[in-house]
Amino acid sequence: MPIAAFTWTEFAQQLAAGIREGAIYAGLALAIVIIYRSTRVINFAQGEMATFTTFIAWSLMNQGLTFWEAFPIVLAIAFTGGVVIERTLIRPVENAPVLTIVIITLGLALLLNGLMNLIWGGANVQFHGPFSTRTIDVGGVPVSVQDIGIVAVSILLVGLLALFFRFTKLGLGMRAAAVNRDSSRLVGVRVSWMFALGWGIATVLGAVAGMMIAPVVFLDPNMMQTILLYAFAAAVLGGLDSPVGAVVGGILLGVTITLLGRYVGFIGSTLKLPAALLLILVLLLVRPGGLFGKVAVRRV
Amino acid sequence: MSLLELRNVEARYGPVKALHGVSLTVGGGELVAVLGANGAGKTTTLRAISGTVRRTGDLVFGGKALPRRPEGTARAGIAHVPEGRGTFSDLTVWENLRLGAYTRRGGIKDDARRVFGFFPRLEERRHQQAGTLSGGEQQMLALGRAMMARPKLLLLDEPSLGLAPIVVNEIFEALERMKGQDGMSVLVVEQNANLVLAHAARAYVLEVGAVVVEGTSDELRANQSVRKSYLGY
Amino acid sequence: MRRRLWLELSAFVVLAAVVALLPRFVSDFRARELAIVGMYFIALLGLSILTGFNGQISLGNGAFMAIGGYTTAILSVDGFYGHQVRDLWTIPIAGVVAGIAGLVVGLPALRLSGLYLALITFGIAVSFPQLPKKFDHFFGGTTGKILNLAKPPFGLSTTTNNWIYYLTWGIALVLLVAAWLLVRGKTGRAFKAIRDSEVAAVSSGISIGRYKTLAFGISAFYAGVAGSLYAIANAYVNPDVFPIILSVYLVVGLAVGGLDSLFGMIAGAALIYFLQNHADTVARWLNHLPALSLDPQKPGIPSVVFGIVLIVVMILLPTGVGGLVRRLFGPLTTRLYTRS
Repeated sequence: MPIAAFTWTEFAQQLAAGIREGAIYAGLALAIVIIYRSTRVINFAQGEMATFTTFIAWSLMNQGLTFWEAFPIVLAIAFTGGVVIERTLIRPVENAPVLTIVIITLGLALLLNGLMNLIWGGANVQFHGPFSTRTIDVGGVPVSVQDIGIVAVSILLVGLLALFFRFTKLGLGMRAAAVNRDSSRLVGVRVSWMFALGWGIATVLGAVAGMMIAPVVFLDPNMMQTILLYAFAAAVLGGLDSPVGAVVGGILLGVTITLLGRYVGFIGSTLKLPAALLLILVLLLVRPGGLFGKVAVRRV
Repeated sequence: MSLLELRNVEARYGPVKALHGVSLTVGGGELVAVLGANGAGKTTTLRAISGTVRRTGDLVFGGKALPRRPEGTARAGIAHVPEGRGTFSDLTVWENLRLGAYTRRGGIKDDARRVFGFFPRLEERRHQQAGTLSGGEQQMLALGRAMMARPKLLLLDEPSLGLAPIVVNEIFEALERMKGQDGMSVLVVEQNANLVLAHAARAYVLEVGAVVVEGTSDELRANQSVRKSYLGY
Repeated sequence: MRRRLWLELSAFVVLAAVVALLPRFVSDFRARELAIVGMYFIALLGLSILTGFNGQISLGNGAFMAIGGYTTAILSVDGFYGHQVRDLWTIPIAGVVAGIAGLVVGLPALRLSGLYLALITFGIAVSFPQLPKKFDHFFGGTTGKILNLAKPPFGLSTTTNNWIYYLTWGIALVLLVAAWLLVRGKTGRAFKAIRDSEVAAVSSGISIGRYKTLAFGISAFYAGVAGSLYAIANAYVNPDVFPIILSVYLVVGLAVGGLDSLFGMIAGAALIYFLQNHADTVARWLNHLPALSLDPQKPGIPSVVFGIVLIVVMILLPTGVGGLVRRLFGPLTTRLYTRS
């Protein structure tokens, strides 16, 4: 396997690119983990929901709003949308086999993708994000402000979420509803609304992720599809129960893939995802719960 | 007037009827026992009260109709410790206790201190995952969790199940002290009739989903058929 | 229990009769379509055994289909040491090759469960189409391999499509019986025990590793046979014939069919075929409803239709078609609810 010529500057650049890639996966992975953590459901529509809300942001900005004016509106729409979807599509089948619910999310993904194609056509559009695209010099390595912004936002989100789940009553209620519905009801947790809340929060996270990514990759209905795959991989890598894991997993994955793709010629661009998944498999064999996941302890 | 009144309560699991018209009362500050063989409907009765199972009939709590769903009965002041304890195994001891106080507003530090007072072992293990506790400790945790809600009525399902006699005594003693402090009422389902009749003021015996004998503990202990079937002498 | 046995036997007889007689009433092209439904059915039978009966989720059975398809292609075109193999005989070989691949996958799968397993198997589905591109001298790269057109053997005078139909459904019925016997027997009981509680199964002396790996192998065998038939019917294979999304379609069909309902898998197979190829028909049909103007040509409409159908079907039938059938026929085979 030929390893290309190596310079430290280039390595640093690749590393930075990897971190930026990873932060992108991390955002969506976080949304996946939130829904999984609170409802034990994997939402295959996460990516499409994120793209959809990003298109809404774009439409609003087309009407003359600035990014920061549109931002809270989009978040409100995202939260409401998430809650509504959970109430209408997921609530009726709350007690059905998990696979049924997963298929419904798949159907939702298809539906949203089709709708986006209908409403906004198939054209790539330019999305102007909140961060400038100029680069600054970090120790001799050119790094874009935008990339720093993306990473910063991801870390901020994870911090807020961790605080929410650890220290607030609502966060505790959500966690309880996820691990033991019956006991939760007995202590007065409104389990159904916890699920709806989980979906609302996750959709907001997805919206933020979408608005971070769109300036980088061009906004089109299929924007999130490959990213969703990487996000799943990142979520699993980090441990499906752990928001911190999602971000760490995302960044680790981004860095690994970028470096592998650049320095291991055999892999190139086509085998990046399979290589990543193989590495994750190896990790899972050693740590079946992912990096930060808890393997459930049960006293029989 | 009693705190809790059940009149002709029926409940079913799918096509099978489990309760055929159960009537009972629990007064304020009383410890009442529910006895009976397996499958008699004891657990179902508790579930009917907390709203975990769908039921028909008259259920009155504190003068008002009892809410139908568990979220509602919890808010009304009923704490149900189910069969198997219902501990949140993946959460810590402390988080379990915090959840117990979910319906309460305001600070819970005092309540937590009280619970740790009754069960010092829980305080030692407060940051441990609840699933790693022993059976007796989990029962204490379940009880502690119920206490955090400062309930008016405590529903206890088979507290002695799977526990060593020493531990069971510890738990019942704690129960007596709690009851004394708050004026809380307790409705206990127990297989160990001898044990529970030593602590209960009154008791009901269920058979095939209906009450067949009721009375004070002394009356039950004097009752010939009860002695033969449930007390073993 | 006896009554249920009679019901299932009668259902099978009805199915066999329908299968045998159907080509007389439908067009030649329809026969081909029904044949492909049959191939999906075979693949779904295998997936049902793995996921429905053994509880292991796999998002990678499309790759096993591809292995079967490519085995058939390579054997019948390049041959075995120069000897071209007749397409018929490649079918069991393809199944076995895929089955072995399944056993291989089943081993690391032992350490994983639930969504972790789902992701890794999905990784297989994603990775597999890359292989033919990387090792293109063996696999034919993106252009793939072209097989000889399937011909009815022994000079039987029937159309190619009818031949493929009978071949597929004949194999499907045999494999259905095999699956049915399997799940009713000791292996099936072990599978179900593992699905319901690994802890309990181990305490009963069941070797979890052996049975879980076996389940993967069996489901891969079924998928391989299906893929092989598909290659024969298609007369060519390339990476696009077994795309990534195929594995997803299989899981959709599994859910619609009802997880552990073997007969239900027919419905699942029909749905995935129908939705893939006739979303525009549904759109045109919906067009007739007032207030809806769905131009089936506009991009996105097939996805919208497909999505809505999936959502509606799963909300109405959360336990799939199999679940519905069980509920309908339940009273005939009354099971008393017992409280534990």
